[in-house]
Amino acid sequence: MAKVIKNNKKVRYYTKWNDHLYMALVHILCAVSVVCILVPLVFVVAASFSSPKALLSGKVYLWPVDFTLRGYNMLLGHKLLISGFLNSILYTVVGTVINVIMTVLAAYPLSRRDLAIRNPVMFFFTFTMLFSGGMIPSYMLVKNLHMLDTIWAVVMPTALSVWNLIITRTYFQSTIPQEILDSASVDGCDDFKFLIKICIPLATPILAVNVLLYAVGHWNSYFNEMMYLNTTTKFPLQLVMREILMNMNTAGMSMDVTKQLEIQETKYLLQYTTIIVGSVPVMLLYPLVQKYFVKGIMVGAIKG
Amino acid sequence: MVIKAREKNKPAKGQTGKRGVWESIVLEVRKRWQLYLMLVLPIAWLITFAYVPMAGAVIAFKDFSIRRGIWGSDWVGLRHFKNFFMTRDFGLLIRNTLAVSLYSLVVSFPMPILLALAINELSGRHYKKIVQMVTYLPYFISTVVLVGIMQNIFSVRTGLVNNVITLFGGTATDFMGKPGLFRSMYVWSGVWQGMGYSAVIYIAALASVDPSLTEAAIIDGASRFKRVWYVDLPTILPTIVIQLIMAMGSVMSVGFEKIYLLQNPVNLELSEIISTFVYKRGLVNFQYSYATAVGLFNSVCNLILIVLANMFAKKVNETSLW
Repeated sequence: MAKVIKNNKKVRYYTKWNDHLYMALVHILCAVSVVCILVPLVFVVAASFSSPKALLSGKVYLWPVDFTLRGYNMLLGHKLLISGFLNSILYTVVGTVINVIMTVLAAYPLSRRDLAIRNPVMFFFTFTMLFSGGMIPSYMLVKNLHMLDTIWAVVMPTALSVWNLIITRTYFQSTIPQEILDSASVDGCDDFKFLIKICIPLATPILAVNVLLYAVGHWNSYFNEMMYLNTTTKFPLQLVMREILMNMNTAGMSMDVTKQLEIQETKYLLQYTTIIVGSVPVMLLYPLVQKYFVKGIMVGAIKG
Repeated sequence: MVIKAREKNKPAKGQTGKRGVWESIVLEVRKRWQLYLMLVLPIAWLITFAYVPMAGAVIAFKDFSIRRGIWGSDWVGLRHFKNFFMTRDFGLLIRNTLAVSLYSLVVSFPMPILLALAINELSGRHYKKIVQMVTYLPYFISTVVLVGIMQNIFSVRTGLVNNVITLFGGTATDFMGKPGLFRSMYVWSGVWQGMGYSAVIYIAALASVDPSLTEAAIIDGASRFKRVWYVDLPTILPTIVIQLIMAMGSVMSVGFEKIYLLQNPVNLELSEIISTFVYKRGLVNFQYSYATAVGLFNSVCNLILIVLANMFAKKVNETSLW
């Protein structure tokens, strides 16, 4: 590239100097972002394996000090955390299955250009992105449907995300040519068969994106659960974690000083290990779908 | 045979006037009944969980009592709205909501664009991929965990930040406890979490930059910066505009999940926003009608903002949501 401009020395010099500065800025920006993102995460991991004493005296930076598994052992004894973990798995699996089925059922017909009601129905869906009844009417609906404090209150109000519907529909439109549909219907293939035998296998990247986004959404959400669930044994992990992470001052004042210090010490450790345990499942999913994620988002979103 | 049938039906569609609307509807549904069957479940869900609550928002104009139900309650017109506009809360909530969301918009909207432009310039597949993977990693961390991490990292006694500060001889600061820092904590943690994910969309848009344009720019002696300014940015401008319109539409609905967790009695004066107020009034104090009115006011503001932003974008550079 530099060769092209070789005969004009002035331009070449100017270009080079400018480019080096620009590339330096680019590398600095990338490096700063990567460091800023990784340091807190590495610190939390290091802290979760450190002894409470080292934590309290502020000796922990990016490597565990006095390596110990005490925090993780304490988690195993925490009954609510274990039930929360199991509940989260249940809500995530059931919720995601419902989500994906609903999304495909809506996205495929709406991707068919020959469907007469395509545009009005699409408008009805997208309008809900712009306007909603609000928190209280939704709560009253769930209450009237007698779903309060059941799994249905967690999975039904979020059964479909319009954003995911849009990217899935765009994906169907842009990757499944009309010719396949035509030739399949010549061979006597009906719409159900076409969806199951041809569209879904062709759309694995976007389905993977859907699974990832929905599953992460279910695993990470706490607000709906906080509104709709009352029984602590039905709480998902995030709600239990909220109790552990946010209620900093639960230690009673009447206890003797040594006991209180011990609780104080282990409380910090427990928080770090809780953070790790709550995030690991999502991180396990991450590399699996990683290869589809960017691709699926790109195809789906660009033309949407 | 199917193709023939299709061609036969085509003129029928054009002659709806003659054959009657009903007939053509029946024809359409009969021909594509499977597609309509697929749509039944999603549409039923949409009506139940999106449009029924919209109708349920009429309780904002009523004095809702559980005993009498939504339709049996007394009609009070705009009383709840008037009450809301009259109280001291109104100014406070509007100020807090707008301040935190505009601050967030100004900071966290350009950051992903910068990151995407930077990642796009990186050479070497692995380097590029690693930077991208690391930067969108935090997106998958839950709000609860994010706030938990913040509380620990910035903790006065054991946190990393204060450890480093005291190591260099500074005095430890209670970042989470200082009301004045609340907005910055909210906005910059948002940048930390969402920057890489939002950049994905711009990186995708940058992939569609026409290479011949870049080559022409190089031959004309354009520097890297000029290439970005005159070639890359105009290419992704439509994407930027769409994202900006969407962001404008959510100015009044800042992420209340995070704010609710970041709230403490000390910073309440700055951290109480409309949606947290609705939650507390409605589901903690059971003032259903009043909270619904406040929420409805919020939704309407959002709708107006997004429509205005869209109109503006249409006028200025012909890119718009609809």
